[in-house]
Amino acid sequence: MEIILSAAIGILSASGIWLLLRPRSFQVIIGLCLLSYAVNLFIFSMGRLTPGAPPIMPKGGFVDPTRYADPLPQALVLTAIVISFATTALFLVVMIASRGMTGTDHVDGKERSQ
Amino acid sequence: MISEHLIIAPILIPFVVGALMLLYDDRQRQAKFWLSLISVAAQLLIAVELVVRAKTGGDISDAEGISFYLLGDWAAPFGIVLVLDRLAAMMLVLTALLAIPSLVYSGAGWARQGPHYYSLFQFLLVGLNGAFLTGDIFNLFVFFEILLAASYGLLLHGSGQLRVRAGLHYIAINLAASLLFLIGVALIYGVTGTLNMAHLANLISAMPGEDRPLLHAGVAILAIAFLVKAGSWPLNFWLPTAYMAAAAPVGAMFAIMTKVGVYAILRLAMLLFGETGGASTGFGAGILIVLGMATILFGLLGILASQSLGRMAAHSVLISSGTVLGITGFALAGGGQAMLSGALYYMVGSVLATGALFLLIEPMNREDGGIAAMLALTADAYGIDGTEIEEVPDVGLAIPGTMTVLGICFALCVLMLAGLPPLPGFIGKIAMIQSLIEQSALPAGFAWSFVALLIVSGFATLIGMARIGIQTFWANDVPLPRVLAFEIAPIIALLVILSLISFKAEAMLRYTTGTAHALHDTAAYAYGVFATPRAADRPDDEGEAPE
Repeated sequence: MEIILSAAIGILSASGIWLLLRPRSFQVIIGLCLLSYAVNLFIFSMGRLTPGAPPIMPKGGFVDPTRYADPLPQALVLTAIVISFATTALFLVVMIASRGMTGTDHVDGKERSQ
Repeated sequence: MISEHLIIAPILIPFVVGALMLLYDDRQRQAKFWLSLISVAAQLLIAVELVVRAKTGGDISDAEGISFYLLGDWAAPFGIVLVLDRLAAMMLVLTALLAIPSLVYSGAGWARQGPHYYSLFQFLLVGLNGAFLTGDIFNLFVFFEILLAASYGLLLHGSGQLRVRAGLHYIAINLAASLLFLIGVALIYGVTGTLNMAHLANLISAMPGEDRPLLHAGVAILAIAFLVKAGSWPLNFWLPTAYMAAAAPVGAMFAIMTKVGVYAILRLAMLLFGETGGASTGFGAGILIVLGMATILFGLLGILASQSLGRMAAHSVLISSGTVLGITGFALAGGGQAMLSGALYYMVGSVLATGALFLLIEPMNREDGGIAAMLALTADAYGIDGTEIEEVPDVGLAIPGTMTVLGICFALCVLMLAGLPPLPGFIGKIAMIQSLIEQSALPAGFAWSFVALLIVSGFATLIGMARIGIQTFWANDVPLPRVLAFEIAPIIALLVILSLISFKAEAMLRYTTGTAHALHDTAAYAYGVFATPRAADRPDDEGEAPE
């Protein structure tokens, strides 16, 4: 499981960084999305990987914490997802505005040859 | 009982006011303006009260000077905690001092160039105040995102091709930086199991050696995110274009946004890698010094090369951040408290001066048709009929002797930024240079080259700005621009504050010395959090005697 997860994070961030460095704004936004998936998986993995362990403990009585997953990274991931979702949506709007104003989807607002 | 909740007021007030103003459309502009002004004025009053409270521990702050506020009454380190110390209180006052003039200025015209300006402005303040107050790294991330989201909206305010293009770059860079921020936070949590800054400062001295590289990696990645915000070279190529493209009052507010990054670095570096950092003491000091010097050099060359005042102002923001970053590095390397105190003093002065400069740019270049073209463009974009625009100049009182007043204001800004007497730039630089020369703990080459850069950067600012000043005020025969009293008053107010800081330099420096002392002595911060009682555990007031 560790190998699959780390490979997933690695592939996602490698593709994300490559796309982020491309000149088309659509590629940039997809790259940012992929990178944020990679980062979210990474935060999740920082709570240690424990298969089948619930993050929420029952109330009262003695609870053995080793049988439960760390809930904090999962909460952090939720917050990070919401924030990156919102900012990506905002970026998309700016991208469309730029496309409409300049007539090109190059991130600099003009093609290199011009 | 109310007074202990005052710490959270700088976050709550702009949040509530901003959200309230979203409910009404922009026809209520006057009401929104006054509401925003009341909100910012309240923030200033509260910030001043908080400064007084942070000072109560005597001239040299001890644990009494730091107040903690447990959000949701969760005991630290499980819940999020707000921390008010001298540095945070000072930054709150600085934010409010900068916010009032730029708000008044935008009331004179800029606010009507797009929707929801005042709400975005308030949300920017939520993010700034929150980032200064929070004592939790993930919470810091959330407040950073709030202030960035508001700044995206403000940067695009007024629309236009230049702004959209600059905004596209600005947003892309900051989204990538936010992802780095998250990676850093996750790494720190993975190694230490906590995100509370005070708890981290506690743990770091006893941390096992094999865990340290991972923690260092996490903090370094986090620092990259902060350095992007602080505009440190080589992560700052987006900054001049974005700041130049922003509307004038927005540019003025952006002058403090770089300082949020600097603040975060200063806070975390001193807490984690200060004298109590165990084997990690001084981590990253050399890199900060080098990056600070490179940033000053970049800003210096940028000022000399710029043809427009906007770009020059953006580069002077870079010089000011680079200076404080470099001094942070020196302080981390054991340079002592005196230079940090000078740097904090310099930071206050330079933020206010660059803010005033950003406000000055637009009236100075008005005859070039800048605002007229802008007004026409946005009138088209938003379908506002021309009649409303036409009557704008009649609203306010135009000031007499426009060019004289503008020229004097400009000259004062230049004096401040170039570090010439009698304004705070001079006093701050003197304090830094004096302690850089006196100390012996650092390699002399670094200290001397930093001193040289400080002086040369002031000289370059003087040359560049004088060139622009001559072009605008002396070699110009176009008709005089019409500047409203509403627009010039905020600039004059900022300059008056600057001269007050200069007159009261001794009191200010005493405060910043206390701040530097508190930053070096992390024990009060690190252990105070855990001594804070929860409200539920506290005995009630004597009035309600138990049965």
